Amino acid sequence: MPKDHSIHKIAVIGSGPIVIGQAAEFDYAGSQACISLREEGYEVVLINSNPATIMTDDEIADQVYLEPLTLESVSAILAKERPDALLPTLGGQTGLNLAVELNDAGVLDQYHIQLLGTGLATIEQAEDREKFKQLMQDIHQPIPASLTVHSLASALQFADQIGYPVIVRPAYTLGGTGGGIAATPAELTKIATRGLAMSPVTECLIEKSIAGFKEIEFEVMRDANGDKISVCCMENFDPVGIHTGDSIVVAPSQSLNDQQFQRLRYASLAIVDALQIKGGCNVQLAQDPHSDQYYVIEVNPRVSRSSALASKATGYPIAKITAKIAIGLTLSEITNPVTESTYAAFEPALDYVVAKIPRLPFDKFTGANRELGTQMKATGEVMGIGLTLEEALLKAVSSLEIEPQVQATLLPLNVPTDTELTTALQHPTDQRLFELFAALDRGWTIDKIAALTQITPIFLHKLNHIWQLKQQLGQGLTPDRLATAKQFGFSNDNIAAATGQPIAAIEAQLTEAQLTPVYKMVDTCAGEFASETPYFYSSFFPGENESQPLGNSIIVLGSGPIRIGQGVEFDYTTVHCVQAIQAAGYHAIIINNNPETVSTDFSISDKLYFEPLTIESVMHIVDLEHPLGVIVQFGGQTAINLTQALVDHGVHIMGTSLAGITQTEDRHQFEELLKTQQIAQPAGATAMNLAQAQQIAPQIGYPVMVRPSFVLGGRAMAVVHDETELATYVAKAMQAAPHQPILIDHYVAGIECEADILSDGHNVFIPGIMEHLEGSGIHSGDSIAVYPPQRLTQAQKDAIIATAIKIGQQVHCVGMMNIQFIVSDQVYVIEVNPRASRTVPFMSKVTGQHLAKIATKLILGQSLTDLHIQPGYAPEPDHVAVKAPVFSFTKLAGMACSLSPEMKSTGETIGIAPTYQEALAKSLDDSYHLKPVQDGQVAILDETAGQDHSLRTMLDQTGVETLVAPSTEQLAQLTPSNVWLVVNNAPEQTTATPLNYFALSSEIPFFSATETLKGILAALNVPIA
Amino acid sequence: MKKYLTLSDGTTFEGLAFGDHNALAAGEVVFNTGMTGYQEAITDPSYTNQLLTFTYPLIGTYGIFKNQNQSSQSTCQAVLVRHLENEIGDANLSLDAWLKDLHIPGMSNLDTRALTKHIRQHGTLKAIIANEPLTVADFNTLYPTLSTELSKKPQLQHQTYLALHADYHVVVIDFGIKQGIISELLAANCDVTVLPYTTSLAEIKQAHPDGILISNGPDDPSVYTDYLPLIQQLEACYPVAGICLGHQLLALANGAKTYQLPFGHRGLNHPVKLLTSNHTIMTSQNHGYAVDPASLKDTDLVVTAVEGDDHTIEGLAMQHMPVISVQFHPEANPGPLDATNFFHQFKQLMHKEVKLHA
Repeated sequence: MPKDHSIHKIAVIGSGPIVIGQAAEFDYAGSQACISLREEGYEVVLINSNPATIMTDDEIADQVYLEPLTLESVSAILAKERPDALLPTLGGQTGLNLAVELNDAGVLDQYHIQLLGTGLATIEQAEDREKFKQLMQDIHQPIPASLTVHSLASALQFADQIGYPVIVRPAYTLGGTGGGIAATPAELTKIATRGLAMSPVTECLIEKSIAGFKEIEFEVMRDANGDKISVCCMENFDPVGIHTGDSIVVAPSQSLNDQQFQRLRYASLAIVDALQIKGGCNVQLAQDPHSDQYYVIEVNPRVSRSSALASKATGYPIAKITAKIAIGLTLSEITNPVTESTYAAFEPALDYVVAKIPRLPFDKFTGANRELGTQMKATGEVMGIGLTLEEALLKAVSSLEIEPQVQATLLPLNVPTDTELTTALQHPTDQRLFELFAALDRGWTIDKIAALTQITPIFLHKLNHIWQLKQQLGQGLTPDRLATAKQFGFSNDNIAAATGQPIAAIEAQLTEAQLTPVYKMVDTCAGEFASETPYFYSSFFPGENESQPLGNSIIVLGSGPIRIGQGVEFDYTTVHCVQAIQAAGYHAIIINNNPETVSTDFSISDKLYFEPLTIESVMHIVDLEHPLGVIVQFGGQTAINLTQALVDHGVHIMGTSLAGITQTEDRHQFEELLKTQQIAQPAGATAMNLAQAQQIAPQIGYPVMVRPSFVLGGRAMAVVHDETELATYVAKAMQAAPHQPILIDHYVAGIECEADILSDGHNVFIPGIMEHLEGSGIHSGDSIAVYPPQRLTQAQKDAIIATAIKIGQQVHCVGMMNIQFIVSDQVYVIEVNPRASRTVPFMSKVTGQHLAKIATKLILGQSLTDLHIQPGYAPEPDHVAVKAPVFSFTKLAGMACSLSPEMKSTGETIGIAPTYQEALAKSLDDSYHLKPVQDGQVAILDETAGQDHSLRTMLDQTGVETLVAPSTEQLAQLTPSNVWLVVNNAPEQTTATPLNYFALSSEIPFFSATETLKGILAALNVPIA
Repeated sequence: MKKYLTLSDGTTFEGLAFGDHNALAAGEVVFNTGMTGYQEAITDPSYTNQLLTFTYPLIGTYGIFKNQNQSSQSTCQAVLVRHLENEIGDANLSLDAWLKDLHIPGMSNLDTRALTKHIRQHGTLKAIIANEPLTVADFNTLYPTLSTELSKKPQLQHQTYLALHADYHVVVIDFGIKQGIISELLAANCDVTVLPYTTSLAEIKQAHPDGILISNGPDDPSVYTDYLPLIQQLEACYPVAGICLGHQLLALANGAKTYQLPFGHRGLNHPVKLLTSNHTIMTSQNHGYAVDPASLKDTDLVVTAVEGDDHTIEGLAMQHMPVISVQFHPEANPGPLDATNFFHQFKQLMHKEVKLHA
């Protein structure tokens, strides 16, 4: 079918701020879709409130609205733009929900906007449990028997009928808490009683348990002609029970024979046919390992995290093709962008295997419940590509950026007892893989481990093979063992840990044995057709190297998995850097390992190496490509941390030199730099142990800020008020960065500000100063940031500008840097990040200047003058932009909530408006979701917040009733809609604290720092009702 | 134990022996891009005398299963894989052990992607697996005798299968049939009598079939020229369906020509456009020859399906006659189940004919 010529202008809804479960994959999908639609000649209007994305770039769509994703806001945009159509299936659940709201509110009818892609009826049919059940029955697809119950008696009766074990899922509890699996009536009585009590509507779903079944996912596509294909089949390492986002996943499936595979494929296609899907769809199934029985678990009628993974795993661009299907094209007429000689109507054939490992946030959220279950907890993921499962898995481990010792030894940091290990194997956590290795290390049999974990034998055999190879290495490093270990994906760090030899010795042996990797192409067709895809992975298996050096190239290091403190912003800067390199006439090469992102789409760069971001992997590529240099500024701390090693290996770092980087990162050099330039910094010193810290802290004067060196997002960073607290936090800091000095500074209270600066090594350009609404004790990533500053005096701004220029010049910054200040009695500098920062996309969008691109041009040798950029402070605009943090508290049971120097947010939203008040209000729409106070609403304060007189006064002025420290019984009696907000300022509070649990589970605006609320109330000047 | 694959152009690949370590192999080397279904492929008689390369690197990941063989033996020359896996299936056998039992040599640890690309660029090549690499001269001396010596033939069946509730009786002319075809016919409520292609028309008639199916099988279709008259005679009496080699033979019997594809279609992901419904389906394919579209001009054959990418002929039907054929494998095993409707179409032809002669 030809494309639809009756439509010209299409609106696309993005997924908004990043939260756990809805992350960078939607930036990838959205960007791909917009590009795809524009390729076909349509005008694209994009709406998304997340500034940290590529999709909100002015180059991606014809009109970009960085506006709240609320019915009101989107309706207004549609009224203004009058698009012919709306494509909602690329913006995650947020996009879908908005489309439903717009439809229900009659907005789509009013403006004659047609919905493209999968229809709303389908979406409802897939998402409504009862309708879905009915549909599956109609097309004879098996689903686990289930019943919604409101009493224990009905639960017991139903369980008797369908047989034990059964799963209890309480309705509307936070992250599914209160549920469980019951194997006996006694257990069911216990769990269902608890579940019914916890559910605000006294409702539980009782479902036949399929625990122990293999979890299989199909990514399928269907077009309006009814043609359908399966793009990728993925097999979860763990059986059903762990959210696929938190599971290790491999592609293609390994343990299904062809009959089982085809049966599940056929079921998936039958389902998308019955649903009349138009575009991509995810189908999750469970396969009984002991029979042909399978069940359909769920269907996601849209692009998803899994579809991003499938796209990167196969090379088949699902989102791009979904957009083309949405405008009426069929699979058999869309060209396969990989081969460019075949069509999209085919199923990719892989000649490699991929393994995805989730990146979980418990290194930062130490108090949160680490157990994995049906609620997704991962913030990001990494993918390894290899010729064997061992290689794919170990590459993914090398990419994880977790505790280096764990990555090297493959064992958990803390040695578990046998009992602990047994429990851990039965109740998986983020340490899953390493605990399995620990069991193998202990000599536990595969049968024993399989009985405890119900993991499919092939996966355990692969782990066991890795362990055997490791143990052989332990008996002495021979050339044969070295070669075999490399072939199966062992990093030099793994080999060092296994043999006890230093890395240098291993490198020397590799050189002597002339062991270097070859690079293989990802081409969707296993070599059957000629293709030019610039998408490669390495292997030490001897064979043909398919990657020819590009010449005239520059390597850009990506930022790896998304985790707290290093988010999608760094993918944005990476992509912009690549685009600027290409525009300047060089070839740009990306190295990255995150399957969710835009940067790992092969069409973005001249060549993509999907590899771990380790010195070893990077050097092999450098040795092959002989690039003009490597750029480390845009890949966050991941890339910066490789600088020293790259220089040691003789690699040319483009942009700020290693010396400049070290000047900002090395405590002593940094102190020296500020001292010589007469720049104030909080008094401070370093300690290597607790005794030193105890000596230093009183000298500097409490309160002090304690933090480890070289970590991300304020990990293990805290404001410490006395010696008792000191011991706790010093221990944490030492654990976060072993053998590194701990930094102890006097804590200066004041207004925190930050600026990104751009420099050609001589002159410095400051696009803007951002002022934080919260004070200096709260991580900049968790603060509300305002540009231009609202509270700073001209003199204070001048001091910041002068300081920024001095620092930029002194370290000979080439490219960009980020400087953080505290404005108190004077301007203090607290931190310099010698790289692009989290705020670059925000500032780029607010100022309309592509800062990362400008920085790249500077790195490539142009001066500010060449670029017609006036050094100094850019003129401030007459509008105001606010960046507000978004937290994923609802996903993480037991997580500490109090805002502190340790970052907790997962995403951000933007508000732009002529005034500060309006901009702030907009930014709150998609972050704190704070709405104007309604008559009869109460504000609930915990005891600490209740003691804050200025807050009480401000709340009184709004006219809202306040309720301080209500009991659990009182909370239970409250109607959520009658609560305006909840604020808890206790230093020790978690998502499980009853007040917080109440707020989070009832979706009530929740503030875990009074400072935030006070800042908002002061700014919004909420009128007395 | 090291093994060497030498191609007729002198290219060699080193690897490790598995399966039957002692057996040699000589024949045409081909590649299959399927990611599942190694057991079915290895027992598919269409691979007779070919060295079967799997492009998916991990082969053996689920072992060997009962009731999945496509024939009672394996007649391929050898199995080439990147990496051998040793899982066991419900037959309690690993791929390695199974191939040992079948006396099929295997070679692992070779760069199957490089081999695949070589075949793609140079076309299907003859090859030998031996304990040492061969020079081109040695290859040329050795190949004729070795390939003759090692040559295998599919074991043709002479057997009747009864469906639970039979609507029709189909005689399958066996050139090396896959068991999957028989299973699909049975599932479509047809009794099946399998007879070797050497069976006489009289004998076939004695079976009283309602329809004839010409099976898949190995080799260049032109080697079966002697049997084209039989096919012509069968067409005159019965509804006829052809699959793969059977499709090519039907084309030849009706005046069309076949030609060798550069490197064939072997995999489970081949798009086929069905011209009658305008739908594209995914099919299982295994063929090195195809029907020449230009040669259809003076025949009664019409094209009913084409491959989505290279537009080669994938389906034919005879005008005014109950004859249909497909180049792909509607019976799957291995492969997608998108095309099983073919058997129902065949049944409809039988239905019409039975009514006609009622």
